[in-house]
Amino acid sequence: MTNAESRGSRISRHPILTFEDKGPVKFFFEGRPLQGRRGETVAAALAANGIRLFRHAEKTERARGFFCAVGKCASCLMIVDGQPNTMVCMEPLHEGANVERQRGRGKLP
Amino acid sequence: MKQTDVAIVGGGPAGLCAAIAASRLGAKVVLIDDNDSLGGQLVKQTHKFFGSKRHYCGTRGMDIAAIFEQELRTLSAEILPGTSVVGLYPSVTRKPAKPTPRPAQGDLFAAEPPPSISQGMLALASRERFTKLGFKCLIVATGAAENNLLFENNDLPGVYGAGAVQTLMNVHGVKPGTRVLMVGSGNIGLIVSYQLIQASIEVAAVVEALPRIGGYHVHAAKLARLGVPILTSHTVLSAVGKEEVEGAVICRVGEDFKPLAGTARKLQVDTICLAVGLTPLSELLWQSGCRMVYVPELGGHVAWHNQAMQTSLCHIYLAGDVSGIEEASTAMLEGRVAGAHAAAQVIGSSPETEQVIAESQAELCAIRQGPFGDKAACGKAKLAECALLPA
Ligand SMILES: Cc1cc2nc3c(=O)[nH]c(=O)nc-3n(C[C@H](O)[C@H](O)[C@H](O)COP(=O)(O)OP(=O)(O)OC[C@H]3O[C@@H](n4cnc5c(N)ncnc54)[C@H](O)[C@@H]3O)c2cc1C
Ligand code: FES
Repeated sequence: MTNAESRGSRISRHPILTFEDKGPVKFFFEGRPLQGRRGETVAAALAANGIRLFRHAEKTERARGFFCAVGKCASCLMIVDGQPNTMVCMEPLHEGANVERQRGRGKLP
Repeated sequence: MKQTDVAIVGGGPAGLCAAIAASRLGAKVVLIDDNDSLGGQLVKQTHKFFGSKRHYCGTRGMDIAAIFEQELRTLSAEILPGTSVVGLYPSVTRKPAKPTPRPAQGDLFAAEPPPSISQGMLALASRERFTKLGFKCLIVATGAAENNLLFENNDLPGVYGAGAVQTLMNVHGVKPGTRVLMVGSGNIGLIVSYQLIQASIEVAAVVEALPRIGGYHVHAAKLARLGVPILTSHTVLSAVGKEEVEGAVICRVGEDFKPLAGTARKLQVDTICLAVGLTPLSELLWQSGCRMVYVPELGGHVAWHNQAMQTSLCHIYLAGDVSGIEEASTAMLEGRVAGAHAAAQVIGSSPETEQVIAESQAELCAIRQGPFGDKAACGKAKLAECALLPA
C-alpha cells in the first residue's frame, strides 16, 4: 500500500464515535471517477481518497491544500463544475461533481 | 428588506447562548452561520468538557451544541444556516456610545432610548443568492481563526490547523494522515493528539517551544502513558516535501527560543498539525468602524468592549472568541450577557433581564479568577483601562 492510499482511509473503529455511511456519491477528480459519501464536503471526500494537493498558488505556483477546514483561510479553492474559487472545505459533495485542481486565479465560466 | 430586532452572526456557543437569551427575553432574533449545522467549534469536540458542572463539565462538546440547538428551536428565533455575513453597514445616524470603563449594572442604557427603527444592515450570501437584513442591534460571535507558524514549507499540503484535523476525523470520519507531528502542547494540542490516537493515527511527537507543557497535566499524562514523546524546548524547523508533507525537521531551542546548532533531526511524518493559538475573527467589526484595540492577552485585535459586551458603537455587541480567545464556557456566558443587553436595548429591561445579566457576570468573574483565567482577566482589565484614554 502506498503512503497516499493508506492515508486516504476512513476511520473504521473508534472508541466513542460512529460514522454513519449515508450512501456513496460518485464524483470526478481531474476526470478520474472517485467515490465519496453523502453528507460530506468535497474536501473531506478528496482527503478520504488520499488527495490533498488542491491547487497551485497564483504567483509562487506552490502547492496548496486545506488548512482550516472551516471556511476561514481560503487555502482550499478549487474548480467545481467549472466554477473556480470554490471553497471545497465548505462545499457539499454532490453526485457527479466535477472537481479539478486550480492554477492561479482560475477563469470564470 | 427583511428586519429583525437582534441579528447574531455566528452559531457557536457564544452566538447560540446569545440567541437563546435574547429570544427568551422577548426580542425577535435572527441567527446566521456559514455552516450547514450549528455549534461552531463544538461539533468536533468529542472529549468531555472541564470546568464546572453548570458549564456542562462531563458533557462532550458535540452534545452541548445539540442541546443548545434543540433549546433554540423551541423558541421563536429564526435560524439561517449555510449563510455567510459578508458585509456590515452600521448606522450612520447614531453616535458611538461613550466608552464607560465599568458600567454600573442597570444604568447602562438609562440615557439610550430603545431604538425603534433598524440601526444597520447586514449583507448575507447563501449558496443561491445575496440578501440584506436590517437590525436594531447586532451581536458578532464569529469566533476565531487558527494561527499558522513561521517555518520553511509551512504552506505545503499536509500542514493543517488542529481544528481542521478535528473536523476531518471527528465530523467526517476521515484520517487526515498516517503519522502526525503535533506542534504545541496547550490543551488543544494535547487533546487533538489523543483524538488522533483514538482514530488509530500515530502521533510521532508533540513539540513545544516553551520549557514546560502548556495544557492540563491530565491530558499530557494520557499521552505519556501511550508513549507519545512530548518534547519541550523543541520546535519545528521545516516541513520536508515538494508538493506534500513527507517529513518534518525538528530541533531543540534555547531559552531565547532560537534553534540550537547540531540538534536538528528529521521525523518521518506525513502530516504536521499546528495547535499554536487562535486569532479573533474580527473582520466584520473592523468594517463596522467600531474602535479596535490590540491586546495580546486576548489574541490580537479585538473590538473595544465594556462589561455589557457592547462595542464603541452602542448597538453592536460581541461575544466569545472574537472578544478574546478563551474557552467555550466563557463564550456561552458572554453570549448570554450580550443577548440580554441587546434585548434590553430593543425592548426594554425587566427584572428577568437583570437577573440573567447578574448571574452570568458573576459566573464569568468566578471562572476568570480560577488558575487558567488569568490571561483573559488581564486582557479584559486592559480594555477597561483603555476606555480611560481618548480613542
Ligand atoms: C481545536 C480546538 C479545541 C478546543 N477545545 C476546547 C475545550 O476542550 N474546552 C473548551 O472550553 N474550549 C475548547 N476550545 C475553544 C472553544 O471551542 C471556543 O472557545 C469556542 O468554541 C468559542 O465559541 P464562539 O461561539 O466564540 O466561536 P465558534 O465556536 O468558533 O463559532 C463561531 C461560528 O461563527 C461562524 N462564522 C464566523 N464568521 C461568520 C460569518 N461572517 N458569517 C456567518 N457565520 C460566521 C463560524 O463558522 C462558526 O460556526 C477549542 C477550540 C479549538 C479550535
Ligand atoms: S481550508 Fe480554510 S477556507 Fe477551506
